[in-house]
Amino acid sequence: MARAVTPQRKILTTLVAWIIGLLIFFPIFWTILTSFKTEAQAINDPPLFLFFDWTLENYAVVQERSDYMRFLWNSVIIAGGSTLLGVLIAVPAAWSMAFVPSRRTKDILLWMLSTKMLPAVGVLYPISLLFVEFNLLDTRIGLIVVLMLINLPIIVWMLYTYFREIPGEILEAARMDGATLKEEILYVLTPMAIPGIASTVLLNIILAWNEAFWTLNLTAAQAAPLTAFIASYSSPEGLFFAKLSAASTMAIAPILILGWFSQKQLVRGLTFGAVK
Amino acid sequence: MGRIQLKSVTKSFGDVQVIPPLDLTIEDGEFTVFVGPSGCGKSTLLRLIAGLEDITTGHIEIDGKDATDLVPAKRGLAMVFQSYALYPHMSVRKNIAFPLKMAKMDKAEIDRRIEAAASVLNLTDYLDRRPGQLSGGQRQRVAIGRAIVREPAAFLFDEPLSNLDAALRVGMRLEISELHKRLATTMIYVTHDQVEAMTMADKIVVLQAGVIEQVGSPLELYQRPRNTFVAGFIGSPKMNLITGAEAQKHDATTIGIRPEHIEISQTEGVWKGKIGVSEHLGSDTFFHIQTDVSKEPLTVRAAGEMSLGYGAEVYLSPRTEHLHRFDAQGLRLG
Amino acid sequence: MATKASRSAARVMMAPAVVLLLGWMLVPLTMTLYFSFKKYLPMRGDSLENGLDWVGFENYTRFISSSAFWPSVQTTLVMVGGVLAITVILGILLAILLDQPFWGQGVVRILVIAPFFVMPTVSALVWKNMLMDPVNGIFAHLWRFFGADPVSWLSDASLSSIILIVSWQWLPFATLILLTAIQSLDSEQLEAAEMDGAPPLSRFWHIILPHLSRAITIVILIQTIFLLSIFAEIFVTTGGAFGTRTLTYLIFQRVVDSQNIGLGSAGGVYAIILANIVAIFLMRIVGKNLDA
Repeated sequence: MARAVTPQRKILTTLVAWIIGLLIFFPIFWTILTSFKTEAQAINDPPLFLFFDWTLENYAVVQERSDYMRFLWNSVIIAGGSTLLGVLIAVPAAWSMAFVPSRRTKDILLWMLSTKMLPAVGVLYPISLLFVEFNLLDTRIGLIVVLMLINLPIIVWMLYTYFREIPGEILEAARMDGATLKEEILYVLTPMAIPGIASTVLLNIILAWNEAFWTLNLTAAQAAPLTAFIASYSSPEGLFFAKLSAASTMAIAPILILGWFSQKQLVRGLTFGAVK
Repeated sequence: MGRIQLKSVTKSFGDVQVIPPLDLTIEDGEFTVFVGPSGCGKSTLLRLIAGLEDITTGHIEIDGKDATDLVPAKRGLAMVFQSYALYPHMSVRKNIAFPLKMAKMDKAEIDRRIEAAASVLNLTDYLDRRPGQLSGGQRQRVAIGRAIVREPAAFLFDEPLSNLDAALRVGMRLEISELHKRLATTMIYVTHDQVEAMTMADKIVVLQAGVIEQVGSPLELYQRPRNTFVAGFIGSPKMNLITGAEAQKHDATTIGIRPEHIEISQTEGVWKGKIGVSEHLGSDTFFHIQTDVSKEPLTVRAAGEMSLGYGAEVYLSPRTEHLHRFDAQGLRLG
Repeated sequence: MATKASRSAARVMMAPAVVLLLGWMLVPLTMTLYFSFKKYLPMRGDSLENGLDWVGFENYTRFISSSAFWPSVQTTLVMVGGVLAITVILGILLAILLDQPFWGQGVVRILVIAPFFVMPTVSALVWKNMLMDPVNGIFAHLWRFFGADPVSWLSDASLSSIILIVSWQWLPFATLILLTAIQSLDSEQLEAAEMDGAPPLSRFWHIILPHLSRAITIVILIQTIFLLSIFAEIFVTTGGAFGTRTLTYLIFQRVVDSQNIGLGSAGGVYAIILANIVAIFLMRIVGKNLDA
């Protein structure tokens, strides 16, 4: 158990930890701060910390000029849609692996994981070709499917590790009680696995939200999510620091908040249950 | 109705046969206990009857109808699990209602049955709690409640008391026996505890390595164990089994005598021995006595309290009418 | 532990996931393999309809012998190696620090983890402009404050800058996993070592580090897989210029910029092989864990 430490040591640790924490957080803090400055104040020398005229003007300009809401909406639909679709496909698969394991279960799980490791750039052209062929280029549904597929292994894995913690006897009890397979999954397994499913959903929304290879390469104007919205600021608007900051803040704020809620599950999800 | 018949049932996991061909009939209304050491296949047998496992070959009939390929839900059996397997996200009321909801029973009937079950099991005050808020004994009762509301053809109990503390176990044992008397429904009860088997069963099935060693009423098993395994397994403390010269005197390879069937005396008797450890229970005293007839110390019961010092010399006389004789295969003679 | 009925149900319920992933893996992979043996330059009139010329391993040899290949491999190795070194070493130190009792642990933890949730395009742009801009960036202000000449980070120290940005993004991941691993260390072990008279540094070497070895391996493997395909950070900062063209980016340019599909596909096959070598080691560890 944790032992008492000397107050001096605790003060020192606190000081060091806070300095490092603030240092790491600084780029985000600075971005948020700058988003409330005017362009002139944003590039003021020396940099202004708190004493400037706080303004929301940048947010209005960004929204007006680049239609932030549309990109946001695309991000929401794509991240949410791919996660939802993934969970719907993954729940039955994870049920099978967790409660009816066979000799091949482990191989299938590892194989699924291996598809996650396929470098995207290696299949960029074939996928683009297929997207053109099926008229999916620059559509939300196309991205939903692709992001669902790249995250499906993680979703199956996470659900599998959560399901394995549910005692099989409870599902057998449901079977004895006359529940069909569908009822067993719907009324017994799912409610019991809600915390696990919730963290799976959360983590995958974050991963899909931040995905920046397929979203950049498979969208143009219509279906572009926030990743592409920000990439469009790379030049020359990037020189307008305050507006760039406002756009960035709007792009990361929703997920930053979600992320803080999911930090505990993050480890398990990202290491495929290898570290808990 | 609940007559269950197993006909040449076998079960294999991969290449390992855990249950060799087995025939068994459980009569309607009977309280049958499957007992045996852990790993003897008793739980597997129960799960085969429940339909939670497929039988490899053979047939299962429930009330004369072939149930071999029926899914668990269609067999009309209810099961109480070792871990109780309550649905943690549902209230007690919803737990008990679950099988009835699955059967699409109407609301009024469901409520009526829940109230009835709750009053029988003293759960009325707890209906709106979650299983997590209940004690072990209460959870056990909820699991039983969930089973009885269905009015099943038979109840299956899989070591239901093994998670309870000793005092509670005795109480629940009585409650389940009481329930059986009242409902008069077939019950199949799996346990490794021969005391539970003896006290509750109409019929005991002793299993070892998937094989039925003996089927009979508790007293039959106690009085006429078919072989040395049953002899050693049924009864507490265990029967003394003696081999060698002393057994040959009785034309047997092994003889058995229960601790309660040996007279102890400080003056005269057939066997001479030295007192080892004594266990004083108040109502009885058990002595572990080292004799010449057997390498193992013999266990001897004396009624009431009796004090004999460690190392004291005593004489033992087996009551010959209670002597069990077994042949070289361990089977009962005579 | 199951019946025939549940086993066949299990197969049916697993089917959608398995079939989809199988398709997702096999279809594009087959196409990439196919293109890699073909001359395929859509800009010069090659098209699937007219049939493509079979060129054998020419794309593979050309990809390797091109003047851009070895530098890109070197860039990739330096970038991946640099980020791994920074994140693992700082990650261990940070994890140990965060494991100590201090005031505001929860808040500091959140501050440290935050960069992981920032989308790659945002972090790249924020670093590029707000911090590393040679005129108005914070670093430039700092340098001037101390009387030094501001650095043009992304052109003069481009690769180091990208390593810095990517490390900032991945440090939280390493820290979080290592922190979780440290917290699972049985404190009695440390106390026993302390009773045996082991000073803090040797406790670190002989107890904490070996305990972390598995977590460190996992961090390295998982990060390697993600780092090998780093894209957005390069895309929005240097666009592959100034010696920041990694293997991934080179393939991207071959396919998208120069529209040489055959050559790009051959490069893709190399990338897939490379990723699989790393993946095999990761699978072994994860697979072992599955049995436990």
